[in-house]
Amino acid sequence: MSLLEHLPVLAIVVPLAGAAMAFVTGPRRSALECAATSVLTLVPVLLLAARVLDSGPQRYAVGGWGGPLGIVLLADGTAALFLVLIGIVGMAVTVYAAGYFPTPDEEHPGPGHGLFWTLWLFMWASLNALVLTADVFNVYVCLELVGLSAVALVTLTEGAEALRAGMRYLFASILGAMTYLLGVSLLYASTGLLDMEMLSSALKTPSVASSTGLALMIAALLLKTALVPMHFWLPTAHAAAPSPVSAALSALVVKGSFFVVLRLMLDVMPPGHLGGADTLLGVFGAAAIVWGSVQALVQTRLKLLVAYSTVAQVGYLFLVFPLAGAGGAVLSSAFLGTGVHALSHGLAKASMFLAAGVVLKRFGHDRIADLAGVARRAPVLAATFALAGVTMMGLPPSGGFAAKWLIAGASITSGDWWWAAVVVAGGLLAAAYMFRLLATFMASPGDAPEPAAPLRVVRTEWVPLALATASFLLVFAVPVVTQLAEAGSVLARVGGVAP
Amino acid sequence: MSDRRRLAALLPAIVAAAVLAVIVRAVWSLPPEAEGLSVAVSRVAAESGIDNKITVVLLDLRGYDTLLEVAVLMLATVAVLSLREDRDALYRRISERAAPVLAALTRLLVPLALVVAVHLVWVGAVRPGGAFQAGAVLGAAGILLALSGYARPQWVGRGAMRSALAVGLLTFLGIAMLSIVAGGELLEYPEQSRKTLILVIEVLLTLSIGASLVSLFLSSASEGPKEAGR
Amino acid sequence: MNPATLYPLAGAFLFATGVYGLLARKHLLHKVISGNFLGSGVFLVLIGLAGRSSAESPDPVPQAMVLTGIVVTVALTALALALIKRYHTATGLTTFDPVDEEQL
Repeated sequence: MSLLEHLPVLAIVVPLAGAAMAFVTGPRRSALECAATSVLTLVPVLLLAARVLDSGPQRYAVGGWGGPLGIVLLADGTAALFLVLIGIVGMAVTVYAAGYFPTPDEEHPGPGHGLFWTLWLFMWASLNALVLTADVFNVYVCLELVGLSAVALVTLTEGAEALRAGMRYLFASILGAMTYLLGVSLLYASTGLLDMEMLSSALKTPSVASSTGLALMIAALLLKTALVPMHFWLPTAHAAAPSPVSAALSALVVKGSFFVVLRLMLDVMPPGHLGGADTLLGVFGAAAIVWGSVQALVQTRLKLLVAYSTVAQVGYLFLVFPLAGAGGAVLSSAFLGTGVHALSHGLAKASMFLAAGVVLKRFGHDRIADLAGVARRAPVLAATFALAGVTMMGLPPSGGFAAKWLIAGASITSGDWWWAAVVVAGGLLAAAYMFRLLATFMASPGDAPEPAAPLRVVRTEWVPLALATASFLLVFAVPVVTQLAEAGSVLARVGGVAP
Repeated sequence: MSDRRRLAALLPAIVAAAVLAVIVRAVWSLPPEAEGLSVAVSRVAAESGIDNKITVVLLDLRGYDTLLEVAVLMLATVAVLSLREDRDALYRRISERAAPVLAALTRLLVPLALVVAVHLVWVGAVRPGGAFQAGAVLGAAGILLALSGYARPQWVGRGAMRSALAVGLLTFLGIAMLSIVAGGELLEYPEQSRKTLILVIEVLLTLSIGASLVSLFLSSASEGPKEAGR
Repeated sequence: MNPATLYPLAGAFLFATGVYGLLARKHLLHKVISGNFLGSGVFLVLIGLAGRSSAESPDPVPQAMVLTGIVVTVALTALALALIKRYHTATGLTTFDPVDEEQL
C-alpha cells in the first residue's frame, strides 16, 4: 500500500506532530520548525487534491475498522477544496507571521512566551481534521480543537480588549460545543450510529429525537460560524486578535464550522428533512449580508470594518440551502458558487487582514479617518485592498464575481429570484464600504509624518498582495473548482454541474 | 429596571425554557430499550482479549478520537502557559514549607497516589481504569506536592517539563504512524502487539496528563503565604 | 419512572440551567460554572440513554464519549479560568462591563 493512500492522515498528523515538536524545541527554533512543517503539510494536501481530481472521493478507515464502530475520513472534492484553501492561507499566514512578530531572543521569546507557532500549527491540524472527518462525534473533538486554538491565538497579546474578546469567544465556543454534543447524544440514542454515511441511510426514516438532535447540532454550528443573529462574538474577536490570527479566523475558522453544516444539510440529511430549516438558513444568510455590510459602513476602525465584512460574507454561504431543495442544475450551480465563494472570500479576507496588520505596523493605528494618503505612501497596501475589494464587491474577473454570478443564476433559474436580489444588494453595499475605505486611502495625506517602517514589515506587504491577486484572478480557476465540486458527494448524486 | 433591561433579563430564561422543552420532548420520544453499538463492541472485545469494553472503544476502535483528545489537553496546557504572567511561573515555590499536619498527610498520600496511579493504568484493560484516570491521580499528587512545599523547582528542568507534556501526544502519533509502516491504516495495531502497544500508549499518556494537570495549576497559581500555617 | 428516563431528564434540566446561567449571569466565574452545568447535563443525558441497553453491561460507546467529553471540559475550564485570572490582573474586573461590576 503506497504512501499516497495515507495522504488524508498525513494532512492531519504532520501539523499535529509539528505542533508538539515546536513546543519541545522552545521559542527560538519554533518559527523555523513551523515553516518546515507548513511545507510538509501543504505538499500532502495538494497531492490529495490532485488524487481526488483523478480518482474521485477517497475513504480512509482509521484503525482499519470502518463504520459503524470505527471512524472514517472522507476526502471528497468539497473537502479537498477546503483543504487547499486552508493550505494556501495557512502557508501565507506562516510566512507573514515570521516577518510580523519580532525575532525572538533570550529576553523576549515572542508573544505568548514564544508559543504562537505551536498554537498556530495546532489550529492548522485541527482545521484539516475537521474537514476530513466523516464521524459526527469526531467533529465535536475537532471543533473543540479549533475553538481552543482560536481562543488561545486571539488572546496572545494579552491586552484587555483581546482578553475580553477572547473570553466572549470562549463562552460562545463552550455553548456551541456542548449544544452540538447534546445533539449528537440524541442522534446516537435514536439511530445507534455516528458515521455520516450510515446516518444518511438511517435518517430516511425520521424520528423526533434524531431531528431534534440534528437541529441542535446545526444551531450550535451556526453559533460557531457567527451567522446572524448569533454573530455577536465575532467582530471584537477578529479585530482584537493579532493580524495573522485575524486572517486565519476570518478566512478559515468560520469556514470550518460552515463545512460541517454543509455536510449535515446536504450529505447526511435527506432533502427537506428538517422542514423549513433550509429556508430559515437562507433568511439568516440574507440578514447577515445586509446587517454585516451596514455595520461595516459605519465602522471607524479598519480591523472592525474587515471583521463586519466577514459577518456579511458568511451570509452568502448560506444561500445555497434554500436553493438546494430545487435539485438538479439549480443545486449544482448554487453549490459550485458556494465553493468558489468560500475559496475567493478566504483568500481576499486573509489578504485584507494581513494588509491591515501592515497598516498597523507602519502607521501605528487603524483609525480609518486618519489613514488618508496611504495610496501614496504605501501603494502596495492600497493595491492589496483594492484587489481584495473587487472580490468583496463581486466585480469581474474576480472569484467573488464568479461566485455571485453562479448563486444569483441558480436563484433566478429556480424561480426564487429574491435570493438573487439579496446577492446584488450585498454587492452594492460592499461597494459602498470598500469605496469609502479606498477613497480615504487616495485622499491627500495630512501633515503627520509617517513613522519609519522596518524593512521586514515592508517586505511582508507582498504576502497579502499575492493573496489578493489570487482571489482577483480566481475566475480562471473555476474549471478546476468545478471538477473538484463534481467529486463532492453532493454533486456526485446529482450528476455533475450544468455548463 | 427599564423595559429594555427587563427584556434582556428575560431572554435567557426564555431560551433556556425552550431548550428544556425541546430536549424533554426528544428524550420522552425515545424507546425504553435500545442496544446501540454494544453488541458489536462486545464481539470485538472478545476477539481482542481486552475485557474492559470502554478501553476497547477508547484506544482501539475510536483511538483517533482519543488521539485528538490528547491533543486537546496538550493544546489547553500550551494555551494556559502562553497566558502565564511571568516566564518562571512554573518554577516558583508556591509555599515555603508545610504545616505539620499537611506535611504528614503529604508524606502519606503522595506515595499512595503513585501506587494507585500505576494500578489504575495497569488494571484498565479489565476493569474501569486507564490513562486518564491514572493521570488525574498523578496530577493531584503533583499539586499536593507543590502546595505543601515539598516540590523543589530544580526537580524538573524546563526541557524536561516540555518533554513530559509532549511525550504522550508524540508517542501516540508515533505508534499510530507505526501502523502505517507495518502496512495497515493509521492506528491499525498489528495483531500480536495490540495489547503491548496500547499499554505503552497508556503509560506515557498518564505521564503527560499528570504533567498537564500540574502545569495548568502552577501556571495560574499565585504565591502562597510565606510562613507555614498562615 | 425508570432510571433510563430519569437521568436524561435530570440532564436536560441541568443543561437548561447552564444555558440560563451562561447567558444571564454577569460574573465571569458564574459563567464558567454554568459551562460546567452544560457539560454535566450532556453527560447525564448520554449515560442515562446508554442505560437502555439490555446487554450485560451498558453500551460502551456513550461512556467513551463521556470520558472524552470530560477531558475536553477540563481543558476548556482550565483555559477559561486562566483567562479570567489574567483579565482580572489586567483590568481588576470580574465581569465584562464595568457597569455590571458596580451592581455585583
